[in-house]
Amino acid sequence: MPKAKPEPVLVARGISKHFGGLTAVDAVDFEVSAGEVVALLGDNGAGKSTLIKCISGVYRPETGTVSFQGADITGHAPADIRQRGIETIYQDLALAENLDVGANVFLGKELTRRLLGLLPVTDDQRMRSEAAGALDQLDIHIPSLKQKLVNLSGGQRQAVAIARALYWQARLMIMDEPTAALAVPEQRKVLALIRSLRESNIPVILISHTLHDVMAVADRLVIMRRGQVVANIPRAEASEELVVRHIVGAT
Amino acid sequence: MQLPSKLGAAQRQSLVDSRFIDFLTKSWSYFFLLGLVIFFSLTGMGFFSVRNFASILTTSTLIMLMSIGQTYVVITAGIDLSIGWTVGLSSVTTARVMRDLADSGNDVAYAMLVGVFAGLLVALIPGLVNGVLVAKVKVPPFIATLGMFGIVRGAAFLLTDGQQVVRGLSAELRESLRMIGNGSVLYYIPERGFEWFALPPDLPPQQLRLVSQLLPYPVIITALVVLVFAFILARTKFGRHTYVIGGSEEAARRSGINVDRHLIIIYIICSFTAGIAGVLHLFRFTAGAPQAGEAALLSSVAAVVIGGTNLFGGEGDIMGAVVGSLIIAVLQTGLVILNIDSIWQFIVVGVVIIIAVLVNQLQAALERFQANV
Repeated sequence: MPKAKPEPVLVARGISKHFGGLTAVDAVDFEVSAGEVVALLGDNGAGKSTLIKCISGVYRPETGTVSFQGADITGHAPADIRQRGIETIYQDLALAENLDVGANVFLGKELTRRLLGLLPVTDDQRMRSEAAGALDQLDIHIPSLKQKLVNLSGGQRQAVAIARALYWQARLMIMDEPTAALAVPEQRKVLALIRSLRESNIPVILISHTLHDVMAVADRLVIMRRGQVVANIPRAEASEELVVRHIVGAT
Repeated sequence: MQLPSKLGAAQRQSLVDSRFIDFLTKSWSYFFLLGLVIFFSLTGMGFFSVRNFASILTTSTLIMLMSIGQTYVVITAGIDLSIGWTVGLSSVTTARVMRDLADSGNDVAYAMLVGVFAGLLVALIPGLVNGVLVAKVKVPPFIATLGMFGIVRGAAFLLTDGQQVVRGLSAELRESLRMIGNGSVLYYIPERGFEWFALPPDLPPQQLRLVSQLLPYPVIITALVVLVFAFILARTKFGRHTYVIGGSEEAARRSGINVDRHLIIIYIICSFTAGIAGVLHLFRFTAGAPQAGEAALLSSVAAVVIGGTNLFGGEGDIMGAVVGSLIIAVLQTGLVILNIDSIWQFIVVGVVIIIAVLVNQLQAALERFQANV
């Protein structure tokens, strides 16, 4: 899907982070443009997670700058970075599985109404219908929105987490191994979700070990090895063999 | 991700059936309570009477008040073992403050008011400490509140100078306590009709024994506490956040809920309803006793579990605890009326608890099954 000179929304320049004597991320440049799915690849310990955490504010990079939509966000608190629209969806999804879809989309930000014009109560009906709207945008249909999440499939839960991020105006989605714990048909659904995010012009950083997933949805592949970016290639130019060679460092 | 739209007739049938079973498992405790009442009404002489029902309700208030706060704690996947002694601490404190104020020449009504206030206030302290230990120091709830169990027990006995009750309550004070603790808004006297607030002083003793209390004060007070805390848990943001924390503390933190503060408030609520139970106990028995709630602790946990609240957190409600408390009170009274040795109470309640847990597990399995049809 070639785009005419897309503006980068996220620009990281010269990011470094050490842990004791270990250089986890070494002067890395990293960019994401609007509506782009960037796959971040690499072996365990290659520095993917550390780089992501430097972006999401969990770590403060020792050198380098991160800017998002033109604003410098280097070293900002995670909450502030989320506020600006960078949403990280972790493997555990951070959902309350004992509650329904509406409650989860509005977790911690529940809508309320006044009972008898006086007592503030949670407006479950409205939360449910808003949640249904958010899911509709992703073309997701969950049979009963009153269903507790524990009774939904892994893919459906993933969808709820994504719908929540979108509802709260996510501008960049970071997804850490979103298909790792899923059955094959569910994996396909999540990949479809990622595509629909791209169509809504929301860029995605996809961290994955599953090369098949990456080849299926990514526009660009960034491969890390020992803290450095060793390859930055458009999907069209990447073959599985080439990618694997970069990951393992074989030349 | 869609429910298969072309279900066969047989499958559709099984869905309906499982919904029926689902309904039964979710409300089994209500049916169980109803069944118990019918059983004892048919077998026990005098069980089915307004007088006895009022007495069962009054008996249940102690366990019920404790189980209200306990429900909040258990929903956050915690437990509060200290509230039995918090009941005693509150009872003893209230009694002492009332006694000392009344003895130093204050108006009895004033002494009682300040005493109640003091008792409720003191009851907040164990909750505050429990909450801080659990939320900030990350002590497991079982251990933190077990420690508090000992501390509060000691504190309560220190306040009675090691005695079983607070001594020296004046006759006037005791009478005033009794009027509320054993009084009722409405009485029914056979052959004389209804009386509001107080019985006629000229009532002969043989009639006095037949009087039915229609709205005993302890029941009304407990009902108000139930309403307030059931509303907070079921309808407010605070209640919702309680369930979120029980479901996933991590999710709660990431969604910006102040988990530590919330947990501290919940342990304070738990202590507070135990404090109300202690004050009420003093009014009913006109003696401040450290061990007022000792035996009720496990019954209150049992009531919470029988009511369907999940000990692993995230699930449950106040109505469940109310029904659970009523089941225990009905069992206690019913077995006495049937003249069965009270030792059997423990065994029967124990069996009911185990049934409750089994039914809850069945329900969870059923929900999963339904979701995967």
